[in-house]
Amino acid sequence: MAAEPVLRLKNIVKKFGAFVALHGINLDIRDGEFLTIVGPSGSGKTTLIRLLVGMDSPSEGEIWLNNSRIDKVPANKRPTCMVFQSLALFPHRTVGQNIEFPLKIRGVGAAERTARARELLELLRLPPHYQEKRITECSGGEKQRVALARALAFDPEILFFDEPLSALDYRLRKTLEKELKDLHARTGKTFVYITHSLEEAMVMSDRIAIMREGKLEQLADADGIYTRPVSRFVAEFMGEVNLFDVEGTAQGGLHGRGVEVHVNGQMEDIGISLGQGERGTLMVRPEFVRILESSGTSDFIVRGILRAEYALGSRIQYEVEAADGSRLSVEKLREDRYQGAIGDELVLGWDLDSTHLIRED
Amino acid sequence: MEGLDRKLGVFSALPIFIVLAITFLAPLFVVAAFSIMPAKVFSLANVPDFSAYATFLQQGYWKSLAWSLGMAFASTLLLFIVCWPLAYGMAKVFGKFTLVVTIAVVVSLFVSENIRLFGWVLTLMKGGLIAGYLEAWFGVEMESPLYTVPIIVFGLVYVYFPFMLFPLAQGIAMVPDDARQAAADLGASRWRILWEIDLPLAAPGIVVGSLLSFVLAAGALAESKLLGGQAVIVFADEIETAFTYGQNWPLGSALSMVLILIVGSLAIVGVSKIDLDAIMGRKR
Ligand SMILES: Nc1ncnc2c1ncn2[C@@H]1O[C@H](COP(=O)(O)OP(=O)(O)O)[C@@H](O)[C@H]1O
Ligand SMILES: [Mg+2]
Repeated sequence: MAAEPVLRLKNIVKKFGAFVALHGINLDIRDGEFLTIVGPSGSGKTTLIRLLVGMDSPSEGEIWLNNSRIDKVPANKRPTCMVFQSLALFPHRTVGQNIEFPLKIRGVGAAERTARARELLELLRLPPHYQEKRITECSGGEKQRVALARALAFDPEILFFDEPLSALDYRLRKTLEKELKDLHARTGKTFVYITHSLEEAMVMSDRIAIMREGKLEQLADADGIYTRPVSRFVAEFMGEVNLFDVEGTAQGGLHGRGVEVHVNGQMEDIGISLGQGERGTLMVRPEFVRILESSGTSDFIVRGILRAEYALGSRIQYEVEAADGSRLSVEKLREDRYQGAIGDELVLGWDLDSTHLIRED
Repeated sequence: MEGLDRKLGVFSALPIFIVLAITFLAPLFVVAAFSIMPAKVFSLANVPDFSAYATFLQQGYWKSLAWSLGMAFASTLLLFIVCWPLAYGMAKVFGKFTLVVTIAVVVSLFVSENIRLFGWVLTLMKGGLIAGYLEAWFGVEMESPLYTVPIIVFGLVYVYFPFMLFPLAQGIAMVPDDARQAAADLGASRWRILWEIDLPLAAPGIVVGSLLSFVLAAGALAESKLLGGQAVIVFADEIETAFTYGQNWPLGSALSMVLILIVGSLAIVGVSKIDLDAIMGRKR
């Protein structure tokens, strides 16, 4: 792990009039990492990135790039740059002129600019004759690559992305996600990527920061976010999940409506324990829930009735109504599919080590 | 399908085409015909006679033409510089306040040009509004700026202000904000953004505004007469004189033709360089 972060945000607050869009963001971005900031629409992602590239300035707090404070430095003087949600290509310039733009601004000679643009076209797998092509003649995916090439021509310390793939169709998005990750590896640059899509974040990132209503909710790698969310919000945002309200018992165990707890002793060891009367949320992902024989046992057990079955491609999802009326989802690989029928009474169980306890205030 | 569309298109354009032909092209042909008619004949059935054009070349009319074109050019340039910031504000900054500016500028058009210019004469003349107050309050005596070339140019700028302002605002509105922001993000300074992004992307509005102002200013008469006195004789003045005092219709027509040709070719070159659809709305 690098000792010093490239970019350090200290208690960033942004207000628009009385409305507080960002409530004190603290974040260290590591040199060379691919960090993704994920959050629902309106959570303040664009606002944050605009502060980081200098298109707006924070109401409070500091931004440090390496060892200099940059929050008062205007965008055109910062060594960072951004790929816009809209791409913001210059419609009156050719592909080549778009890519060369930052070099032209810097006063690089024409021959060198053209050579560099050609290299970048190659890096992004666009044919060399595209240099002369009009922006309006490019497809969505090509425009995407041109925007990337233009940003790379600037040679930024950090490259920011504001949902650049959100307007593309699913297949192209999948392709470009992989290309971006690959490009990150090849260029070795620090990428900070914004998206509202969890899937995109999971595929590409070294670390993921979850944003909610102008606050950073959790910062961890994909695995940490998926298996050990700090809140119900993160758990639910990161995909299908089963949650149960539980309370600590006098004996140091857990008690929850609808869940039978058959664990003794070990709960404290892996951090799944609450003080007496303390409340929490027990979480288990659908793929860890098993359908047991009626006499089978497990650390946690829920009884219910199979209500629906959905094919998800390689997996099948089952919806089970528990005795107290709550709904659970269970996922099986297609080859392990449940052989019974809708309306069957089921016993569901899962183990302690696939369970996570969320403590929220 | 496309063939039918095309036919329907021609068909629906026909009425306006006929109206334009009668009201616009026909008078033009009449003027052209008059310009090659021998003097004092008043009949179109004659051998073409180009002596009126020779008169234009020999008698120094090119001087007043040069004044007209020069002042039109100067006022267009000034208009561009003066209107740009306001047009920029209207397109990008003012928001609802844009409507107030628009109404204020449009209302000024309700009063006839001559009356507004005469207002300026009263304001600026010796012993007029400004000079009078200056003298009464500060005891300063001021030379009246009236009857000079700069004041004529000022008059042109004043009268043709809306014709530059609105097309320019329309043009600037077409510049996408994100392109400006991206340029800044990639290191461009304000001036660089103006040069690389704003001017080229607002070009349709700039061309339309400049053409309108230039064409109107080149044919303007009232400004030089009212504000300029006899400081210079503009081309439109010569044309009027030829038709009225001179009773020389062929000369008047020939002079008109010269102006029409110059202005017309400018307009054609200008319009051919821009995408009019961009500013007038998309064609299908
Ligand atoms: N210039 C602004 N003025 C007022 N409110 C704004 C402005 N920009 C963003 N907001 C508000 O800040 C919140 C976060 O917006 P944004 O950062 O665009 O969210 P995201 O990119 O995560 O969808 C939204 O509620 C939005 O309405
Ligand atoms: Mg956004």
